[in-house]
Amino acid sequence: MTFTFRETTQRSAAPVTVDHDKCIADKGCTVCVDVCPLDLLAIDPDTGKAYMKFDECWYCMPCAKDCPTGAVRVEIPYLLR
Amino acid sequence: MSTADTRIHEYDLVVVGGGTAGPMAAIKAKERNPALRVLLLDKAHVKRSGAISMGMDGLNNAVIPGHATPEQYTKEITIANDGIVNQATVYAYAKHSFATIEQLDRWGVRFERDETGDYAVKKVHHMGAYVLPMPEGHDVKKVLYRQLKRARVAITNRIVATRLLQGDDGAIAGVMGFDCRTAEFHVIRAKAVVLACGAAGRLGLPASGYLMGTYENPTNAGDGYAMAYHAGAELANLECFQINPLIKDYNGPACAYVTGPLGGFTANSRGQRFIECDYWSGQMMWEFWQELQGGNGPVFLKLDHLAEETIQTIETILHSNERPSRGEFHAGRGTDYRRDMVEMHISEIGFCSGHSASGVWVNERAETSVPGLYAAGDMAAVPHNYMLGAFTYGWFAGDNAADYIAGRTFAAVDGAQVERERARVLAPLLREQGLAPAQVEYKLRRFVNDYLQPPKVTRKMDIALDRFDGIRDDLEQLHATSPHELMRAAEVSVIRDCAEMAARASLFRTESRWGLYHYRVDHPQRNDADWFCHAHLKKDDAGRMSSFKRAVEPYIVPIDSQERTAYDRLRVAATPQPALA
Repeated sequence: MTFTFRETTQRSAAPVTVDHDKCIADKGCTVCVDVCPLDLLAIDPDTGKAYMKFDECWYCMPCAKDCPTGAVRVEIPYLLR
Repeated sequence: MSTADTRIHEYDLVVVGGGTAGPMAAIKAKERNPALRVLLLDKAHVKRSGAISMGMDGLNNAVIPGHATPEQYTKEITIANDGIVNQATVYAYAKHSFATIEQLDRWGVRFERDETGDYAVKKVHHMGAYVLPMPEGHDVKKVLYRQLKRARVAITNRIVATRLLQGDDGAIAGVMGFDCRTAEFHVIRAKAVVLACGAAGRLGLPASGYLMGTYENPTNAGDGYAMAYHAGAELANLECFQINPLIKDYNGPACAYVTGPLGGFTANSRGQRFIECDYWSGQMMWEFWQELQGGNGPVFLKLDHLAEETIQTIETILHSNERPSRGEFHAGRGTDYRRDMVEMHISEIGFCSGHSASGVWVNERAETSVPGLYAAGDMAAVPHNYMLGAFTYGWFAGDNAADYIAGRTFAAVDGAQVERERARVLAPLLREQGLAPAQVEYKLRRFVNDYLQPPKVTRKMDIALDRFDGIRDDLEQLHATSPHELMRAAEVSVIRDCAEMAARASLFRTESRWGLYHYRVDHPQRNDADWFCHAHLKKDDAGRMSSFKRAVEPYIVPIDSQERTAYDRLRVAATPQPALA
């Protein structure tokens, strides 16, 4: 028998989104990445912009409140909306 | 993925947790002895970590001269916690409460004042007045951060502490952990450690089924409870769970403390008041639960009778402090305080001495039962201690740890202890395949709901212990695909430890007490003859989780028999209903 163990992933719509026109992560800003208590945000190497890498959001808002350009939007996660 | 080498650091004092109590402990230790090398370690980022990440809308337990006395407050908390308190700890807090407020005030935290310049204290508790609003409390963390920098406290972010390091004599020798971005393993040698890791807020699964939809900041997974337990510290009255009345689904506080003084109140589905006092206690939650069981639910926060300007004030406070996304939540569901009552629900269970009484045992000096280990804040067992109690016990911990350190040298590091922990913590990253941490966490926390959420049933809690044993085996198969997921894997292990503690502590106390917090169906009555005592839990010499009784310390502030039952009379007396025509 050759059953093969497999891991799969579950999709989800990230509740935190970033306005690429306003985000200045490509100029070196990492404020939203720094302040997220759950460490969910990162800088996308392809675009140079911040994005939500892990969907474990507590909808707490430091990322949006502390962003110097107002580029971050936090929506209530779909399951709670 | 390969792992980098272990990094070794040395500090006189390490404070684990940079939320509320932690920063205060670090600052006060430096003030006590500026020569000390003090490290504040955080799994998140100190700027925005912990329960007050987005600030706080008020003090829930301010003991301010002219409004309340330490004796009166100690009495209130003793009664609210059904008599099971070490009054020395509550009294020590109460006597220092005003000094802490003045310190925060000098640092720039703004409190509400009346037209004469006096603090505008409100009555929310059943007996005395202790609530002081902070309408601009959203910047508390900024104030703390400035003071940390000024005090020259060293700060390290994104390190997940996993176990305490102990010397041959059992005294604390440091802390171990890993970087959640690189998985680098760190050993920080220290002469003393303050644990200020917050509540065990990821114990039960929210009714929404969303893992991170918790009342507490989900970073507060119970790390401090697990670390203290494995170091042999005693934990107190864990069966006195935290269960809160929250906004349904959003799972944030409905904030009766904020709205109550402005005329809002908790109501049943007919819009009627059913409890005299909205202050959170086991007895209040009991009445809340009774209302749901009796078919009068859901329970709501009622504001729709208030004047427009009052509602605007409430919106300004609630939508900018503590959990500011609640405005968006209400907007999404079309809930308007002017027109609609806010649907509430009973939260999942947790441990938190900030709100109830479940914590790592400490005395009035913030010392745990392990030499060199201090605890403060939500995780330290000083009942109903809230944010101001966290600051105050952080202060005590900083002062006393600084004194303890004087003249001490570093304990020798036991290499085997370090290697064992490193192997345990990093294992999920080294496995090529296995169970997903989020899936194991979901199942574990669902079992917590199924078997431990009150009403507590003996047979169900026995089954829970079997299930938690099963999860222990699953931990050996966890697979983390990144350092970030390794953090979640470490947290699953912490949550499992807390779940087992919750079950064993609840099974041990064979009576009912603290209203809904410890309502045992098989032992439905309060039994003062056998159980007017603390119930402690610790890891015994054989490595087993064991429970035992500790006598309640003699009261400093006597309670007369009339007052003793004040919190048992929270229900609004029934009014005769008009007869149907």
